[in-house]
Amino acid sequence: MRMTRLMLIATTGLMLAACGNKPLPEAQNTSESVGPSTSTSGADSSGVGSSALSAEQQAMEAAKAAGVIVYFDYDRAEIKPEFVPVVAAHAKFLNGSPTRKIRLEGHSDERGSREYNIGLGERRAQAVRRALMLQGVTENQITTVSYGEERPAVQGSDEAAYAKNRRVELVYGR
Amino acid sequence: MKKTFAVFVCFALSWFAVAANAQLVIEITKSAEDAVPVAIVPFGWESSGAAPFDVAEVVAADLRRSGRFAPLDRKEMIDRPSQGDQIRFQDWRYLKTDFIAVGKLMPEGPGFAANFELYNVLTGQRLAGQRLTANANSMRALAHRISDIIFEQLTGVRGAFSTRVAFISAEGTPPKQRYKLIVSDYDGENQQVITSSDEPIMSPAWSPDGQSLAYVSFETKASAVYVQTLRTGERKRVSARAGINGAPAWSPDGKTLAITLSRKDGDVDIYTLELNSQVLTRMTFDPGIDTEPSWSSDGKKLYFNSDRAGGPQIYEIEVANPNRATRVSFENGYNARPRVSPNGKQLAVVTLDRGNYRIAIIDLASKGMQVLSEGRQDESPSFAPNGAVLIYATQERGKGVLATVSTDGRTAERFTNTVGEVREPVWAPFPQR
Repeated sequence: MRMTRLMLIATTGLMLAACGNKPLPEAQNTSESVGPSTSTSGADSSGVGSSALSAEQQAMEAAKAAGVIVYFDYDRAEIKPEFVPVVAAHAKFLNGSPTRKIRLEGHSDERGSREYNIGLGERRAQAVRRALMLQGVTENQITTVSYGEERPAVQGSDEAAYAKNRRVELVYGR
Repeated sequence: MKKTFAVFVCFALSWFAVAANAQLVIEITKSAEDAVPVAIVPFGWESSGAAPFDVAEVVAADLRRSGRFAPLDRKEMIDRPSQGDQIRFQDWRYLKTDFIAVGKLMPEGPGFAANFELYNVLTGQRLAGQRLTANANSMRALAHRISDIIFEQLTGVRGAFSTRVAFISAEGTPPKQRYKLIVSDYDGENQQVITSSDEPIMSPAWSPDGQSLAYVSFETKASAVYVQTLRTGERKRVSARAGINGAPAWSPDGKTLAITLSRKDGDVDIYTLELNSQVLTRMTFDPGIDTEPSWSSDGKKLYFNSDRAGGPQIYEIEVANPNRATRVSFENGYNARPRVSPNGKQLAVVTLDRGNYRIAIIDLASKGMQVLSEGRQDESPSFAPNGAVLIYATQERGKGVLATVSTDGRTAERFTNTVGEVREPVWAPFPQR
């Protein structure tokens, strides 16, 4: 009992400390998630030649600049208004490049049961898939996979970490 | 009842340590006050030098962890008999010990032999006596066998100390982690890596004969269910359909796996997959998430988790007639991952208990729930094959560790591994005798 209480105090202390360092975790999330800071994937860095990006490549870069991650609320799979433009940008690109394929990787935060979280990640990936298809993307351009809580984007057991882990990543295949 | 003994038992296994040489610290987080007092006297050593292994320490730890026994602290032992005719019962009665186990270890061939005896302190009656042999690297197994004999003799219930567990470990910092499926003794010792990958591995499930594990691996960048035979390492991919392939659960006859699939349309449902014929039969039809199947002991029902009514709750269906699902859990807004107890009368579940995910038991007759664990994010409960203890995953300082709690809730322990993050423990069935 005494141990438990000590641990509680310690944990609470840590949490408070963490909160102190990041006064506005929510604001941070939103800016990070919608912002164009996300396209760091090195997929196209492999010698296409800086001067000669194809028109398709440019269109893809434009779509990626809108964002490549859609974030979700706890136990929810609805696409929030701020991410509608992200999905629309990718739909536009995929409509113009019907041979390109996109992979939707659904994730959850770490809370709760693992296989249920696989279900939640799938539900989120399916929400993005449906939104893309409603905007004209064909079924065979899209694959989905759910990693549930198995591949967190960041480590941590606070709301800031949870918010970054509840996501669908939009990944282009080669 | 709530008293916590901050006792740390360190198994420093010097030359017995195996490949993984994980040093394990076991922390007793809760111990029962009405457990039966027993004395497990340190074994005598019939040769020169120091004894090569502390049998009594492993036996005492086993019995304590069961929740039913309170082994006497060594410091309180005024005498160290190593055979029956050396026990002065009067002394042990004075120490309020109900039963006493004594024994000695001696070299035999390339290994060792142990003679041990169990006595009733009050009557002086000899309850058990046996000679066991083992080679140098299976001394823990020998000690666990002694624990099994004592436990069964005194409770009438088969001991589960010679059983194994499988679990998943993840090492490294997200998003780059190395995942391993590990099998160890039930107390976390003797770890053996069964498979490993840079992509997630999850949901291990023992075949009823204890020879194989089914599990989910993302090694092809998509989920698939595999079945691996432990002795040969032979491995089969049994389901790699579009979408989710998850949550494998063996039918009691070992012929069928219940699995979760989402197919192309993304509807997460439970199916049965007959392993020989590959016949797939749909078991749930709801548009919500239906997953985490667990078979009833007679193989006629499946318990599972569904969020068809909002939050996840436990339901049951008849396998022969799966169209109608009956709700089983009614307390709390989140109940997940049901596991049927060996006697078929209870379910262990993960429940959201006032903001904390905890392990609870649902009595199937009364539908009443008892919360057993005290963590914030406890998950993946799995029954010992004798039903006396549950193993589950919990967090300690943000790191995944394994823990046990007796199914009466009276004793709890945490296993703190030094490497990686561990989770999803599943207790193996009894070894065939």
